[in-house]
Amino acid sequence: MNIFCNGKERQIAEGTVVSDLLSSLNLSPETVVVECNTMIVKPDEYSKFVLPEDAKLELIRFVGGG
Amino acid sequence: MLKIADKTFRSRLFGGTGKFASSAVMNEALDASGSEMITVALRRVDLADPDDDIMSVLDRDKYWFLPNTAGARDAEEAIRLANLARAVGGTNWLKLEVTPDPRTLLPDPVETLKATELLVKDGFIVLPYMNADPILSLRLQDVGAATVMPLGAPIGTNQGVLMQSMIEIIIDQAQVPVVVDAGLGAPSHAAHAMEMGADAVLVNTAIAVAGDPVAMGRAFAMAVEAGRMAYEAGLGISGKSAAASSPEVGLGFLQ
Amino acid sequence: MSPFTVPDFSEFQALIHTPTSTDVEAVLARDKLHINDLATLLSPAASEMLPALAARSAVITGQRFGHTIQLYAPVYVSSFCANKCVYCGFSAENKIERRVLTLDEVEVEMNILADQGFNHILLVSGEAPAKVGVDYLAELARRTRARFAAITIEVQPLSTEEYRTLFEAGITGVAVYQETYDRGVYDAVHLSGNKADYDYRLKVPARVAEAGMREVGIGFLMGLADWRSEGFALGLHLQWLRKHFWRTNLTVSFPRMRPAEGAFDPPQPTGEKELTQLLLALRIFDHDVGLVLSTREEKRYRNGMIGLGPTRYSAGSCTAPGGYANPDLAGEQFSVGDHRDLQTVCDSIRKRGHDPVCKDWDATFQKGL
Repeated sequence: MNIFCNGKERQIAEGTVVSDLLSSLNLSPETVVVECNTMIVKPDEYSKFVLPEDAKLELIRFVGGG
Repeated sequence: MLKIADKTFRSRLFGGTGKFASSAVMNEALDASGSEMITVALRRVDLADPDDDIMSVLDRDKYWFLPNTAGARDAEEAIRLANLARAVGGTNWLKLEVTPDPRTLLPDPVETLKATELLVKDGFIVLPYMNADPILSLRLQDVGAATVMPLGAPIGTNQGVLMQSMIEIIIDQAQVPVVVDAGLGAPSHAAHAMEMGADAVLVNTAIAVAGDPVAMGRAFAMAVEAGRMAYEAGLGISGKSAAASSPEVGLGFLQ
Repeated sequence: MSPFTVPDFSEFQALIHTPTSTDVEAVLARDKLHINDLATLLSPAASEMLPALAARSAVITGQRFGHTIQLYAPVYVSSFCANKCVYCGFSAENKIERRVLTLDEVEVEMNILADQGFNHILLVSGEAPAKVGVDYLAELARRTRARFAAITIEVQPLSTEEYRTLFEAGITGVAVYQETYDRGVYDAVHLSGNKADYDYRLKVPARVAEAGMREVGIGFLMGLADWRSEGFALGLHLQWLRKHFWRTNLTVSFPRMRPAEGAFDPPQPTGEKELTQLLLALRIFDHDVGLVLSTREEKRYRNGMIGLGPTRYSAGSCTAPGGYANPDLAGEQFSVGDHRDLQTVCDSIRKRGHDPVCKDWDATFQKGL
């Protein structure tokens, strides 16, 4: 099925949870925050949060800034 | 010692993490600056480069992270960024920036006040970036801002403490620390702000883009310390009142 | 917000008594003053430098207030008082003929003053809530506010809520004097009544400001305790109020006790020189504070001080309830040193190059009125 991850379309298997996605992207969970359809997903839910069809995901982290 | 909310800082120079040529230079320059609090911004992860993570190159025990809301154009966007920052960083500290005009990046006073009030109620320690407006400063203080951060000059202009008269009033009235942010292009500008009685300054670009960022970091550290020391020592006669002094007044009418 | 407290006077004696003339000169040359600089200006060394203080104060006053003097008149509405204060003519145990004016009678007094040209009225009463309470003052304000630019009160302390009620009715400011910041002296002169509680009284100006009043007046009675220390404590109070209530205009009055007929002898009498130093020091310390000189002081002195620091004078004052309509009434709170009427006072202000101002704000612009 289809989701949007940081603005880009992406195919994932049905039933994929947040932690699956993060590991497939080589992202360590503690360095990012995940927003799904503008709601923040709590880190302790990463392993049970099933991504819905057409989910708009934002994966955010700190970058350099003043 | 500088106290903000419940935290104390020895260094009165806050650093930024933007615009450095490399993480190695950034780390070395921040170390030379002696900064204990540094700002970071929030962006989408670059999925093509998953290891590019500023948190992995900075020592979290050494620096207190101050996430900013750079890019927010109104209170709603700033609050969204604030919640993301809290989630990713595990910190409720926030440098609030609301800058609707991409040309000048000047802060929106109305949205900044609105966002500060809501974020404070939601448990954030809010350090709002603001124009050098004394009444706005008091209003932000009234709604619970932990500091006020007036701009010295429009960001990126390197003009120093162009807003001197207004910042003097802000410092005079403030009950929370005053941190001069933006426009400080040279160590002398930082020293000037500190001599005026600012509690701290925030410098990013001037260090990051210097020919030698490490040396410039150290130069700012020295300037901030010198300025603070001069302020505490009590500066002498200022030109204004010396010129205003007039001959003594006769008081012959007194009995 | 933690309440304002006054340190023991012993804690700042060194600040007041060690400065030299060089220290005073350094303070006079600076723009922004620290509270410790106020101590320097109140020091014995500064007492020898009054002309220099006056020069600096005059410059600051001119820059901040221009060449103007605001004018007001007090209206005494009641001489009943539940407090026993050893220095006061209205003290509960004094055998004087007490009067409380009816609202109609107060209106007569206020109309007389309005006809003379007064736009700012200070309503004064002893502290007897049963005689002059919130309802009385609110009704009076509602009846008269259209005719005056400012109606301020000097009555018993009230609650924040009561001050808010009065503000909404048209009262624009409140004067409430600590009388003395020296706790020991305070207890010794305030024998009984609500006023006997030093800490309670100290909190009142903050309540006034919190209620939204445009102006709070503070002060102490000169003559009860060491005036230099009192001045420093007042400076602390002023600074605290400024920090916490930036919307509120602050004024200081200088009630100086003169030897009264057979009554209370001030334990630490002060003269014009002391009053002058205190007033000038406060102006140099706080450029924005309103400084009020009442008709307790004599014509010669009030004329001489025009332009040097004060911003507001009373004029034509009568301190007995009903005294404007019935000039022969007895029972005044204190005796007046300057008996000139408003026009004469205005003329002498003009003669000294200043503009007498009877109003600087119209309460009619206030929202909700």
